Amino acid sequence: MSVTRAEVCVVAAAEIFRGAGEIMASPMSTVTTIGARLARLTFEPDLLLSDGEALFFAEVPAIGAKAPVEGWIPFSKVFDVVASGRRHVVMGANQIDRFGNQNLSAFGPLQQPKRQMFGVRGAPGNTINHATSYFVPRHTKRVFVDQVDIISGIGYDRVDPDNPAYRFHHLHRVVTNLGVFDFNGPDHTLRALSLHPGVGADEVAENTSFEIAGLAEAGETRLPTEEELRIIRTVLDPKGFREKEVAA
Amino acid sequence: MRDKRMTLDEVVGELRSGMTIGIGGWGSRRKPMALVRALLRSDVTDLTVVTYGGPDLGLLCSAGKVRKAYYGFVSLDSAPFYDPWFAKARTEGAITVREMDEGMVKCGLQAAAARLPFLPIRAGLGSAVLDFWEGELATIPSPYPAADGRVETLVAMPALNLDAAFVHLDLADKHGNAAYTGVDPYFDDLYCLAAERRYVSADRLVETEELVKAVPQQAIILNRMLVDGVVESPGGAHFTFSGSYGRDEKFQKHYVAAAQTPESWAEFKGRYLDVPETEYQAAVHAFAEEQKL
Repeated sequence: MSVTRAEVCVVAAAEIFRGAGEIMASPMSTVTTIGARLARLTFEPDLLLSDGEALFFAEVPAIGAKAPVEGWIPFSKVFDVVASGRRHVVMGANQIDRFGNQNLSAFGPLQQPKRQMFGVRGAPGNTINHATSYFVPRHTKRVFVDQVDIISGIGYDRVDPDNPAYRFHHLHRVVTNLGVFDFNGPDHTLRALSLHPGVGADEVAENTSFEIAGLAEAGETRLPTEEELRIIRTVLDPKGFREKEVAA
Repeated sequence: MRDKRMTLDEVVGELRSGMTIGIGGWGSRRKPMALVRALLRSDVTDLTVVTYGGPDLGLLCSAGKVRKAYYGFVSLDSAPFYDPWFAKARTEGAITVREMDEGMVKCGLQAAAARLPFLPIRAGLGSAVLDFWEGELATIPSPYPAADGRVETLVAMPALNLDAAFVHLDLADKHGNAAYTGVDPYFDDLYCLAAERRYVSADRLVETEELVKAVPQQAIILNRMLVDGVVESPGGAHFTFSGSYGRDEKFQKHYVAAAQTPESWAEFKGRYLDVPETEYQAAVHAFAEEQKL
């Protein structure tokens, strides 16, 4: 069976956490949850994973399944973890710009939006306190825009270098259905690290409103190892939920 | 010790239009929905609401009772996630919002609980939150420079002082001792600490002795000093969940679907909202039976 795009995304999501150590991994979607669990089962055994509600898992379950727990993490304590910095969140995004400003709040004017989403949620606190990455299952010009309508998650051009309160800001990766990116382009702009097998630079450029640094030079995203594929397919996601989030 | 038992309508009878009300729970989780329904039956309006928003805020918006809202998010926690009535109030510009980071809500309630004018917090800096607050949110430099001499400037989160708080817990006694039985207390103790008048509804009222035997001590998050009125309201969190029942996903979807047209909403309102709580619970039971057919 050939490797699917969703499986490449799962491994790219796992790679977000390489080197993270003993911190709370907070993935906010199916593919990134499988990715974080894969990382924990392979190269990042000390990651803390929650059930998304209030419990820390002692063992790593399949998507949607239960597992023995090792601790308690109600929402109030999540905010303590956020402020402590010992966390790496992978959020979704309705919009992202070249500097990493992100919007999941609403489209249009602040006090009378054209379309209402969640509000800013924990995005301002996440992005100013600890490592933040994004996952975009459908990479389009409507997501990768010149300017986001409402800044929920803060980008590099929002950082005040004279104010040390911004010193913990770090946007680590953006993983999409097309490739893997970071913000190490000129002036902390979006840069291509790798494109998924079968994806060309043209396809990425056509689906992004701004120029991405390093797009022509980007290599290919690594494929899952046999062991990773086994874990994804038989342990973490035997029902194939990943394929629903990332179209083949 | 005082007997604080009240009816839902008596609680709402103590509120006035224009008040700032904090609503406990989180999203579509353990919301004091019966108290919100009682508000809908009353003529109390022009409210400022402080909440981790869910269908509580949606229902209040459906009745045009919200003037201003302070929230970290608004979510139904399951598909379609976005509350339709909150969305309508927003896109029509019917409410003024002070949207903020989720952690800022906790921080503002803590400031109010400790009777402080503000607490410093990092969250909010650099984001649109300061724009949402239209000059009502300030920053503050630390009086203690770091070792390198640089000064950290933080958001000065103002106290979220409340005229009243509504919370729903699973178990309470008639004096206001109350406990949750699920996995998360949310912030219900903070809402009560931040408020002038505090009202708790509970699925079950029991004697104090039974309360303390039923749960671990740490689960008794409200004591008598934090509560002015106690309402026994079985199913009072419906259609959000409480410790002893799950979220009624089918009914929540029914609520969302009903909000789509004036006709379907009039029908929903007539059947579920223009009636006393006992009739709401009967109608919800009937709806569940219909869904099984």
